[in-house]
Amino acid sequence: MLAVKDLHAYYGKSHILHGVHLSVGKGEIVSLLGRNGVGRSTTIKAIMGQVVSNGSVKFKDRELMGTKTHLIARAGLGYVPENRDIFPTLTVRQNLMLGMKGRKESGRWSMDDMYQLFPRLRERADAPAGVLSGGEQQMLTLCRTLMGDPDLVMIDEPTEGLAPKIVEQVANLFDEIAKRGISILLVEQKLTIALKISQRLYVMGHGEIVFEGTPEDLRANEAVRKEWLEV
Amino acid sequence: MEFFLVTLLNSLSYGLLLFMLSSGLTLIFSMMGVLNFAHASFYMLGAYFAYQTSTYVGFWPALVIAPLVVAGLGAITERYGLRTVHKYGHVAELLFTFGLAYIIEEVVHLIWGRAPVPYRIPEILDFSAFSIFSTQYPAYRVFMMLISVAMLVALYLVLTRTRIGMIIQASLSHPDMVQALGHNVPTVFMLVFAGGAALAGLAGVIGGNAFVTEPGMAVSVGTIVFVVVVFGGMGSLAGAFIASLIIGAVQTFSVAFDYSLLSLFGTIGIKVNTESGWMELWKVTIAQAAPVLPYLLMVAMLIVRPKGLMGTREG
Ligand SMILES: Nc1ncnc2c1ncn2[C@@H]1O[C@H](COP(=O)(O)OP(=O)(O)OP(=O)(O)O)[C@@H](O)[C@H]1O
Ligand SMILES: [Mg+2]
Repeated sequence: MLAVKDLHAYYGKSHILHGVHLSVGKGEIVSLLGRNGVGRSTTIKAIMGQVVSNGSVKFKDRELMGTKTHLIARAGLGYVPENRDIFPTLTVRQNLMLGMKGRKESGRWSMDDMYQLFPRLRERADAPAGVLSGGEQQMLTLCRTLMGDPDLVMIDEPTEGLAPKIVEQVANLFDEIAKRGISILLVEQKLTIALKISQRLYVMGHGEIVFEGTPEDLRANEAVRKEWLEV
Repeated sequence: MEFFLVTLLNSLSYGLLLFMLSSGLTLIFSMMGVLNFAHASFYMLGAYFAYQTSTYVGFWPALVIAPLVVAGLGAITERYGLRTVHKYGHVAELLFTFGLAYIIEEVVHLIWGRAPVPYRIPEILDFSAFSIFSTQYPAYRVFMMLISVAMLVALYLVLTRTRIGMIIQASLSHPDMVQALGHNVPTVFMLVFAGGAALAGLAGVIGGNAFVTEPGMAVSVGTIVFVVVVFGGMGSLAGAFIASLIIGAVQTFSVAFDYSLLSLFGTIGIKVNTESGWMELWKVTIAQAAPVLPYLLMVAMLIVRPKGLMGTREG
């Protein structure tokens, strides 16, 4: 479904990604792991066309490199950024409505689904999103992207700084997403979650992929964990 | 009392006109981070286009056509000018709008000359709407206020009640995220720029004949509009609104006051040494100081609140 090959990305003169490759199949949950600053977020942004990059990004057999970000989104790629980026002056409901690409609810998700998954959002539906707590904002960002009915979502560190109870809710949402046949590319710090829900994992180090395999492979490979993951 | 009411109405119509200009400037600034130096040039073009169009088809079609033409120019400016220089950073963008203001002024010189053009109030609106004691209040001033208020309400409704308004509001905080959700943000930028230009153009259409239509109008109004956005707080529409009314009132009232500090001293009983070198300053009347008062207010605001009245942006 998504196949990235030889992806290079740059911030001004600094060369951040040095030929990243990865793939995500239909309905698959794939995690991208690595220490802080190795370029995981940059990889996702490069796929979304938000940083200067070259290489190949194929999605549903279509080359997306060089395509404008909003057209990439319309091709069916969803993006949940690490800094959440909710629209603070708009209400929760309006934030969700902007997730939709048209005026009408269409596709796999409805507002009601979101409110059912996260009743808290229904309670706060008419509050400006800026007053929500960090956890509520994270739910909102996830739901907002899902309202756009993506076929694959790229989610950047969704559980960072969240209370354990909310982490659990977010993990349940991943199950729900997978159940509806949507693929997930997850950037996650918490190794336990990644190992539990992913079918395959990639480990990044300094702008390139240094390991790929199944959760069992990674559990068995202490050398990789020591060198590239543990602090 | 009579003087006060008339001046108040005048300052209100002028303040609302300033808001038509500063609202567009503010929206463009908060969305794109560009302070558009050519904004008042669109105001001037609105006035000249309206003058030219009205010589052929009369005022009413010109009221619609001129702002639309200015909107088109605004769209072209954003699409082929600003968007191209954007990658070179904000300084390049500033220089671009600065240069554009010069070019527009020169073009106006070339086509319409350096002297004011006879752009007049349409006859049908050239009567007095009502009288305040012995003063006849001109209907055209009332018309200006109606147009400004209608625009203000329309702007508010578009921003808060429509989908494109929500997209604009969202783009004020996180344009990249809005685009990542599948919305065509570059086109929204172009529309906002065109809309801001159209508002400026409309202000020119209704202001050009109430005041004077001449090549210097862009610079004189432009500097006042900058005072308004700095005073109100860069990027705040509410701030721009309040500041427009305040600066409009200060400018309108001050030209009519013949008091000086000397007369104030006289009233409160301070004796001034007439030989003193300060005497010249004490003798300056408010009316004489009127042109600099807005700038003094702006400086005072910057000292008390560097962000401006309701500004959110730092630095
Ligand atoms: N806007 C930027 N300009 C310049 N350099 C950047 C920018 N954003 C990130 N970088 C640099 O690029 C490298 C990769 O950053 P990236 O955000 O992809 O890391 P990451 O793996 O997501 O880690 P984390 O999210 O923990 O910071 C880092 O060295 C970072 O300093
Ligand atoms: Mg990151």
